[in-house]
Amino acid sequence: MAKRMGPPLAQPTKGAGGKTGDWRSSRPVVNHEKCSQCLLCYVYCSEGVIDKNQQIDLEYCKGCGVCETECPKGAITMEKEDAQ
Amino acid sequence: MTRILDNGNGACALAVKAANVDVVAAYPITPQTSVAEKLAQYIGSGQMNAKYLPVESEHSVMSAVAAACAVGARTFTATSSQGLLYMHEILHYAAGGRLPVVMANINRAVCAPWCLYADHQDSVSQRDTGWMQFYASTIQEIYDSILIAYKVAEKVLLPIMVNYDGFLLSHSMMPFDVLDQATVDKFLPPFEPKWKLHPQFGGTFGSVAPADVYAAYRREMAEDFENATDVIEQVIAEYETLTGHKNAGLIEPYRCEDANVFLLSMGSMASEMELVADQLREKGIKVGTLRVRVFRPFPMKKLAEILPKDATLLVFDRNTAFGTGGGALLTECKAALYHRKDEVKIAGKIVGMGGDSVATDVMVPIALQMLEEL
Repeated sequence: MAKRMGPPLAQPTKGAGGKTGDWRSSRPVVNHEKCSQCLLCYVYCSEGVIDKNQQIDLEYCKGCGVCETECPKGAITMEKEDAQ
Repeated sequence: MTRILDNGNGACALAVKAANVDVVAAYPITPQTSVAEKLAQYIGSGQMNAKYLPVESEHSVMSAVAAACAVGARTFTATSSQGLLYMHEILHYAAGGRLPVVMANINRAVCAPWCLYADHQDSVSQRDTGWMQFYASTIQEIYDSILIAYKVAEKVLLPIMVNYDGFLLSHSMMPFDVLDQATVDKFLPPFEPKWKLHPQFGGTFGSVAPADVYAAYRREMAEDFENATDVIEQVIAEYETLTGHKNAGLIEPYRCEDANVFLLSMGSMASEMELVADQLREKGIKVGTLRVRVFRPFPMKKLAEILPKDATLLVFDRNTAFGTGGGALLTECKAALYHRKDEVKIAGKIVGMGGDSVATDVMVPIALQMLEEL
């Protein structure tokens, strides 16, 4: 008998959708001197690509800019990627 | 077991109470309203330990019960007519999500024009949503069907709609037997799904699926739906043994032993058809009736088995399948009997729309005329 599908469940895994960093038109750049370590960017990042040391995984960061908007210190700025 | 006197909506609410339902969501609509009121009363007074969600529309109702079912709750709702139509989108979600929601639909005509009375257009229009559909013909059967529906739905992991005719059953009184709670608990143990939306299981539910995965899910759903016919028969047999309540199977025959003319219909109209058969027998025609209790999955095999060679099947629909020359039952019967088309004659008639009379004085001449024209 074929394997049962059961309920329509998905187990999201890293990279299941490909290298989504390719979608980015601008990238977040962190000014670590301004940063107060409040971790709001870590909490708000919808892709979970910012770690607790504000290191950003650019392979998967889509460049949405939520971190820039949420940062209370203005320590993150979105900078245009070079046109190819 | 206690014999009581109540109407169809009362019987429905009593069965839901007995089934230990965890979550009820409802939005009032005629003729369903008193089911929602009764359940709110049971829950509000503490007679029933459940959460009642008085939401703002039927679309929200079905979203709420489907979601509650996904987290492992036994759920119920009831509606009618336009309310059911408004649920349509989420009916597909509940079925595709393999959520064993049980609902009562109190059959009522759909707009336009506006009409409050019995008609199967509302539920027949939901035919291909992946919901099983039962149609009751007595108040006892409403009570029994709700309990049977939970057991079947939770085994097959597909939702069930228990249908009964507005006013004719929902608001008329009949004596019926109510089971002791211990008997119900034995028949229907608590709902314990193998999977639920819970951190313990993880994952996301109902998210995007690529074509091949989507197709595999839908194929499995269709197969399980077909196989549900056997499950329904098993559960009905189990219910009969445990409760002593004689219950119709997929199709209920009446005076069919020596019959060669069969009047097929569903819902309360089928009880009227038994009287029509009696009167036609007085005229020397060997008539029996067939009542479709389970419309989805359609009992195709059963129907083909029942009919003898040279049978004439007269199909009476309380709905219209526009552009097919009849109602949904007629097209289903023709499909089920295609392999026997040379030995079974079939004719169909749409009757009783919007609660129009299907009394014997109307139906006997119609049946005679259909036989003449065949």
